[in-house]
Amino acid sequence: MNPMSRVMIGSLLILAWPAAHAVDGQKIFTQGGQNPAAMACLGCHGPDGKGIAAAGFPRLSGLSAGYLSKQLDDFRSGSRKQPVMEPLAKALSDEEIRAVSAWLSTQPSDPVTGVRRQQIASNPTERLALYGDWNREIPGCVQCHGPGGAGVGEHFPPLAGQPAAYLVAQLNAWRDGSRRNDPNQLMVGVAKAMTDAEVTAIADYFAHAAHQEVAP
Amino acid sequence: MKTLIAALWLSAGVVQAAEIAMSDQSQLKVPDSQATPVFVPPAESELPDNAFGQMVRQGHALFVDTRRLMPEAVGNGMNCSNCHLDQGRMAHSAPLWGAYPMYPAYRKKNDKVNTYAERIQGCFQFSMNGKPPAADSPQMTALSVYSYWLATGTRTGVETPGRGYPEVPQPKDGYDFKRGEQVYSEQCAICHGGKGEGQKVAGEYVMPPLWGRDAYNWGAGMHRINTAASFIKHNMPLGKPGSLSDQQAWDVAAWINRHERPQDPRLVEGSIEKTRVKFHANDGVNLYGQKVEGVLIGQGTGG
Repeated sequence: MNPMSRVMIGSLLILAWPAAHAVDGQKIFTQGGQNPAAMACLGCHGPDGKGIAAAGFPRLSGLSAGYLSKQLDDFRSGSRKQPVMEPLAKALSDEEIRAVSAWLSTQPSDPVTGVRRQQIASNPTERLALYGDWNREIPGCVQCHGPGGAGVGEHFPPLAGQPAAYLVAQLNAWRDGSRRNDPNQLMVGVAKAMTDAEVTAIADYFAHAAHQEVAP
Repeated sequence: MKTLIAALWLSAGVVQAAEIAMSDQSQLKVPDSQATPVFVPPAESELPDNAFGQMVRQGHALFVDTRRLMPEAVGNGMNCSNCHLDQGRMAHSAPLWGAYPMYPAYRKKNDKVNTYAERIQGCFQFSMNGKPPAADSPQMTALSVYSYWLATGTRTGVETPGRGYPEVPQPKDGYDFKRGEQVYSEQCAICHGGKGEGQKVAGEYVMPPLWGRDAYNWGAGMHRINTAASFIKHNMPLGKPGSLSDQQAWDVAAWINRHERPQDPRLVEGSIEKTRVKFHANDGVNLYGQKVEGVLIGQGTGG
């Protein structure tokens, strides 16, 4: 390496200094935020961010940054209620919310099997997932949440690979009105039209969607 | 209706002379469309496990996953099921069971009696901006068989309530682009994107584009503001049909349909004006070939 390139690299490092000092999303995830009350995410969401199914703690890895930061903002403002997450989100700064959301969105998640809409549903749950029930104005889950429930853009989070207990809890929260931070109230009507049995069955369907073998 | 059919018969040899007497049989009769839909198409579980059932399933697959399964025929980002919700089953969403029993029918659009297959070819040419498969192709057969099966138990030549998109009368003050833009950004952009571009997952559209090169072209029925308003009012936002006012439906339909999309494939001698006069001047409420805020609409998206 010649002296000139040393200078170049040196100045690049100096120029990059502010960026290196910027909030580190991964560090927030693994160690928590600046404020000690902002505890590390991995404690509940798992070291890989894929959630802890047994406890019903949701998967965060691979969710869109826009969706994640909106949820944290909503916990902070109280427009999404959750006794554990509300104080944690309040302890995070704006910058920390953007940083941890951005980092999580780049983390790998389990591949979703290519459940496509052209399948003829083989049971009522699959039918609801793929096509919905328009007599009750329920669109198919995959119409908004994407093929296999993989998620679409920043407004429609993945269902695939979320713990069943988490999905049940959210659907019930939409139904009883304790969660209402959905854009345009798109989810609340759908959840209210579902039966208890459907809530359980659909949650189970998507919780396992990421682990099913792809048929050759 | 009887006189129409009689006129058609009489005019078989003298098509020119009868032009004025014929109306478009494929158009909806408004009073009937107000009736409450009661028809229930057969359930998938009733499908027989034989060659016919197989063909129905194939038609269903093509209907809901058209773009991926028929790339040679679809030239944009659309599937049949984007305009015909719930797999072509939903009332007031141009259900197949409402359409199938009404063909063959005379259509002003191409000035001839169209078979059902020819009607579907129109969808491919305009709404899907593509190359229609041949009437006797396996795909067209499958789509026709799927439609026929959904229409099981309907009466031919009789309007089944729930057919088409029921007309939403034009508000007395017309429509307004500015208000339409606002409705769009509040109610539609979340799925269809701020620029009408739709949304994809892994390279495939999940939510269809509404304008631009992957949307329906300038010849599609949906380019009419009145038709789009009817579709929107009765079907959108997904899961919340009927939630927009008539005025909002017209405003947002106008906003969507003032944007460029692929050229009308019937373009006459390369002239937007000639195409407007021939195909758009008497085709409902549309902006093709007109100037909006000084910009000529209908230039297409090139390519």
